[in-house]
Amino acid sequence: MEKTPNQKAWLLVLPVLVLVCFSAIIPLMTVVNYAFQDSFGNNQFFWAGLMWFEDLLASDRMWNALGRQVVFTGIILAIQVPLGVFVALHMPKKGPWVSVCLVLMALPLLIPWNVVGTIWQIFGRVDIGLLGYTFDKLGIPYNYTQDFFSAWATLIVMDVWHWTSLVALLAYAGLKSIPDAYYQAARIDQASRWKVFRYIELPKMAGVLTIAILLRFMDSFKIYTEPFVVTGGGPGNATTFLSIDLVKMALGQFDLGPAGAFSLMYFLVILAVSWVFYTVMVNLEKRES
Amino acid sequence: MARITLDNLAHSYKPDPKGEEDWALKQLDHVWADGEAYALLGASGCGKSTLLNIISGLLQPSRGRILFDDKDVTHAATAERNIAQVFQFPVVYDTMSVRDNLAFPLRNRGASAGYVAERVQTIAAMIGMEAELDRKARGLTADAKQKISLGRGMVREDVNALLFDEPLTVIDPHMKWELRTQLKALHRDFGHTMIYVTHDQTEALTFADKVVVMHDGRVVQIGTPEELFERPAHTFVGYFIGSPGMNLLPANVTGATAVTNGAEIALDRAYDGLSGKVEIGVRPEFVRLSDSEGLPVRIRRVEDVGRHKIVRAEFFGHDINIVAGEDEEIGPDKTRVTFDAAHVNVYADDWRVEGRAA
Repeated sequence: MEKTPNQKAWLLVLPVLVLVCFSAIIPLMTVVNYAFQDSFGNNQFFWAGLMWFEDLLASDRMWNALGRQVVFTGIILAIQVPLGVFVALHMPKKGPWVSVCLVLMALPLLIPWNVVGTIWQIFGRVDIGLLGYTFDKLGIPYNYTQDFFSAWATLIVMDVWHWTSLVALLAYAGLKSIPDAYYQAARIDQASRWKVFRYIELPKMAGVLTIAILLRFMDSFKIYTEPFVVTGGGPGNATTFLSIDLVKMALGQFDLGPAGAFSLMYFLVILAVSWVFYTVMVNLEKRES
Repeated sequence: MARITLDNLAHSYKPDPKGEEDWALKQLDHVWADGEAYALLGASGCGKSTLLNIISGLLQPSRGRILFDDKDVTHAATAERNIAQVFQFPVVYDTMSVRDNLAFPLRNRGASAGYVAERVQTIAAMIGMEAELDRKARGLTADAKQKISLGRGMVREDVNALLFDEPLTVIDPHMKWELRTQLKALHRDFGHTMIYVTHDQTEALTFADKVVVMHDGRVVQIGTPEELFERPAHTFVGYFIGSPGMNLLPANVTGATAVTNGAEIALDRAYDGLSGKVEIGVRPEFVRLSDSEGLPVRIRRVEDVGRHKIVRAEFFGHDINIVAGEDEEIGPDKTRVTFDAAHVNVYADDWRVEGRAA
């Protein structure tokens, strides 16, 4: 059959195009615009070329923030993924406790980021917080506003508390999709508990775990609100992650050019890692079918 | 290999069974002889998988005992029972190669590498998968996966029993026939006790030495295929086995005569004092169409199935099926039927009554 060209169809795509323009493309282009120019106020801009990018690549400040970010994301992934799987393995598979567990697990996920920050900020305070006060009375040195180690520990424990549920719930969904016959066959084949995990549970969870890791990577790499509320990036620059540093640069110092370049590179890093994950996931699915 | 005794066995999925209908498996006493091939035949939900899972130890019975030879294994774990079981849907370890899948049960039991390699090769030849041994099990077709499952079930030589839970559901028809033949050959060669659950009568009758027919949580008959055909112990067996199933007609039976709708049918044996719901059952193979003798019948439809013809007819307001020979002419003159007296069975409340020699 001959296809009749109908250029009016473009009109149907137009609303989406306009929406995407305003929600993503125009803001991003503004950032791109800043990244290549310099300004001394009065809305006067001068072409700066790649200067900000070169500055940025040579700046210890950016590399330190990136380093802290990578370490933070690495630590929380290394804790949350195994812990989430462990929790999922021990959640009841049926009975009245299933819904109780699911609701309890979902609760931290429902709390807004700044509230989570506030909760832990107060919880850890040495004068009135339960955790800080207890540590203080036990003679354990703990003060997240002054001590590097305390600050990091508080942020990591807070993130684990906030987000392990997500990994656990996804892993639980993967586990629930395994038919009973697999476990029965494993018992008949005399497979050990470890082999059941290694050859039945883990392969069946692989798909959802990849999604969980991707989500946790993206989210933790962009973390801003909670450390901002709890430590404000301190003590010193100890918990100044990429987002916090970016906001300091853009809004604190009003260095729009360097901040624009920073934003673009930050965006590209997340995009690149997510793309790698996506490719891996699609390949996994291809091998599946 | 072992003789398996079910002693006073019963199972309910409810914690507190009350009435008859709460029992998924009603009381059962049976001995599965060592080295015999059994088929467990019944419609879906009749309790056959429940029984199988109790034997393999995946399920603990609510009541009764299971003995392997003389050892009580009622509360023994599956692994201790040393049985193999193949499930309805393929269970393979996706991330392993076909070879590792087949070797898995042996390696878990600490078999030597040489022995494992040799057994895997034998089994691969048996299921026709030698060429795929080094492929990942992931991505194989459903019937290839099921062949791996079957192979994993057969790879151990020292099992007490081999249990099959409708293993050929997902397999191609021609492969079905081939695998069934191989299972039979395997049984002949190694003499394992085999229990094969199915709802397909052809599968049951061709595979087994003895067929156990279950209905509604109860074993209604255990017998050779021939016994099930000629003397069904329960109306369910008559109806379930045979194609089409046995004709059942309500009747009054006194002595060696059955009276149905005012017409008399002579019987081979005599019956006294029958009470409850009395029926006579006769297989379509033992009903003859005739133009002069016997009782009136009205033919409604003739189906030619190749080897023979199935005649659907009306007999005093009841449906009746008749199997006629391939070359038999079925004309408008065929208005009567006769029953082969030797093959008319009498049922009281669905159970066959033996009768005495007349």
